[in-house]
Amino acid sequence: MSPRPQPEVEGVTGRRVIYALMLLAVIAPMVWRISFKERPSAMTRDIFAAIEALPPGARVVLAYDFDPASEPEMKPMGDAFSRHLALKQARIFYLTLWPLGQGEIDMVTRRLLAIEYPEYRYGTDYVNLGFMSGNEGVISVAMTDLKKGFSTDVHNASTGTGGGLPIMRGIDNLRNMDLIVDVAAGYPGLREWIQYAAVPGGIPIIGGSVAVKSPELFPYVPAQCLGILAGLKGAAEYEQLLVDRYPHLDRPESRVALERMGPQTVAHLVVMLLIIAGNVIHITRRRRGVEAA
Amino acid sequence: MTRRLAIAIVSLSLLLLVLIRASTGAMANPFNDPRALGSWTAAFLTLCMLSFLYGDNPFFRFAEHVFVGVSAAYWMIMAFWRAIVPNLLGNLAPEIPAALFGMDLPLDVPLGRRLVYAVPLVLGLLLLARFLPRGRTLSTWALAFTVGTTAGLRLVSYLVSDFMAQISNSLQPLVVMRDGGFAAGPTISAVILTGGLICSLAYFYFSRERQGALGVASRIGIWVLMVTFGAGFGFTVMGRVALLVGRVEFLLRDWLGLI
Amino acid sequence: MQRAVPFAITFVTAWVLLWAVVVPPIDQIREEFVLFFDILAAFAFLLGGASLLGRHGRKIRRRARGWGYSAACLGAFLLTLGLGLLKVGGEGGLAGSVTAEGSALGWIYEYVFGPCDASLISLLAFYVASASFRAFRVRNTEATVMLVTAFIVLLGRTFLGGVATDWLPEQLAPLKIPNLVQWIMSVPVTAGNRAIMIGIALGIISTSLKVMLGIDRTYLGEDA
Repeated sequence: MSPRPQPEVEGVTGRRVIYALMLLAVIAPMVWRISFKERPSAMTRDIFAAIEALPPGARVVLAYDFDPASEPEMKPMGDAFSRHLALKQARIFYLTLWPLGQGEIDMVTRRLLAIEYPEYRYGTDYVNLGFMSGNEGVISVAMTDLKKGFSTDVHNASTGTGGGLPIMRGIDNLRNMDLIVDVAAGYPGLREWIQYAAVPGGIPIIGGSVAVKSPELFPYVPAQCLGILAGLKGAAEYEQLLVDRYPHLDRPESRVALERMGPQTVAHLVVMLLIIAGNVIHITRRRRGVEAA
Repeated sequence: MTRRLAIAIVSLSLLLLVLIRASTGAMANPFNDPRALGSWTAAFLTLCMLSFLYGDNPFFRFAEHVFVGVSAAYWMIMAFWRAIVPNLLGNLAPEIPAALFGMDLPLDVPLGRRLVYAVPLVLGLLLLARFLPRGRTLSTWALAFTVGTTAGLRLVSYLVSDFMAQISNSLQPLVVMRDGGFAAGPTISAVILTGGLICSLAYFYFSRERQGALGVASRIGIWVLMVTFGAGFGFTVMGRVALLVGRVEFLLRDWLGLI
Repeated sequence: MQRAVPFAITFVTAWVLLWAVVVPPIDQIREEFVLFFDILAAFAFLLGGASLLGRHGRKIRRRARGWGYSAACLGAFLLTLGLGLLKVGGEGGLAGSVTAEGSALGWIYEYVFGPCDASLISLLAFYVASASFRAFRVRNTEATVMLVTAFIVLLGRTFLGGVATDWLPEQLAPLKIPNLVQWIMSVPVTAGNRAIMIGIALGIISTSLKVMLGIDRTYLGEDA
């Protein structure tokens, strides 16, 4: 008697079924607007408290070290930090070590700061120093002379002469900063900022990282880094804290990560079920193979 | 036949959806608005990329090659306008960018500094010399400078931040007292943290046979590393899913206007 | 000469950077060396673009298989390069930002580069799901530990993690999934990652020393 044909669970068709399941897992919660209230972790609360404690006029470097590939995780984080720092009237120095990060900074300055905080003046309250090549070399130079590393802002105004950029007056290097906030998707990123700025200069640093890289960076917390927002969940927790503390921010633009956690949750469940299903099928086949033998 | 039928059904369904949405005015007109044209271009390229899920195909290859070309050009442009012009020309001959591009750069650069900045210009040209018939040898001089700088920078930073600081972070009290009393939870955590670190390091020690205490420590180290990798897997899944959520959100919200 | 000059450059550069930590007067030289490095990194980007031009140009010339795609690649490359170098469309012209409001390069970044980059990476979500189904097998105790941790983290990083164990009494609060995830990340995962970090640091220190002392010259290519 010939054996019954096994279902093609591991072939090409099986793969496409899995892809379709994943797509459905992401689309369905979006269409039905499934979202949840987040319970921020202790680390997220610590990060929030650190920025909340900043006095007006505090000098903060906000490094956008990511590209469009990591935008879904990183942009909500960066936007949340920008909003919070603007609400605290901090002086924000935007810069990036990634060539593609400059486009991200452009988007936040033009579509967030300029629109939501029109009283925030470019050159006085915030500046876009843009991209500089050299990876960790840029941080190393900026630790001794920020204006040598970033000799112009993105609009080609000199940082050295200071006439067109009042925010740069009195700034010699990164040691003049009260806080560094790095939203990073990999290399160069948070590790480099900790190694070349936070540790040698004793400058407080807060990080936002893609979920993939986050576990590698937790050993730096809390001695070398105040805290790390890990992935979309971290961004959602921070948005929740921001919305709770500043209710006027309770609008779609400030809840991007919170809305995305719905599809995220369902997709996680699907992956867990796939792992269980794969193991059940594997164990069943192994037993049948043993019995047949 | 079934495969072609499936492709046809999916494509026609998508086309129908787009036509319905466009006819009801829910989608912006790409011929009137550069942003709308951009959304349609982005949607087309997104679907081309996602078509790879079915298999390699001309649409994917086209989008992939366009991506590579745009990426290389973008990096070159950023390098030129953000580094070479302000930092190299700005020190070597600031009059040139000031006159040609109207850039606001300090013109009073001393001669000594200008001469010093001939060095990176020469090194940069040496790097590009690898395209010349005998340029490979010369380009290694520029490469040697890069390697030397990287080695010098990283030796110090990794020694201080990743070696000494991490050992220092691990030297914590193993018996934790809080509010004048013994705190069991933090004590257990501290013991596991320090013990786990030592055992994980023991696992990576391959110069001796794993017997006795080293063998036991290695075994525990494997368990700690399995927990580490399990958490890493969980975070990796989270990260990858978030990227898909972002793309689908673009298609459904910004392009189709469905949500 | 072929090996001596590059090695001398590496030696001097690396040791200046090292000694600048303990000899402050040479910190100025260190700073200039690192600035040169930053500029050299920019030249490396030019090198990449030129290399792409050469490779795809040869393919088109020879009418090799797939040369049409190479033409698309070069077309996109040259168009973007032209629009970006000339800062077409942006306010401020050549004096303004390269990604100024309304610039062609800004449009390309937002509607061509960004979507391609993001879409390519988003494919990984499907592959990680497929790999989880096909490859994540509980064959032994260690794999089970890994799986259980992964499940706790996957649940704990969502709303369901909090809801699933909300019913636990306060005495068992450490076993609530969000608290468990927090503990896992700050204790065993930190221990494991710290060990890996120390190992990597030792490796980098040793490799840097080998490069600085000329023991490792593989970066000089086959001539070394």
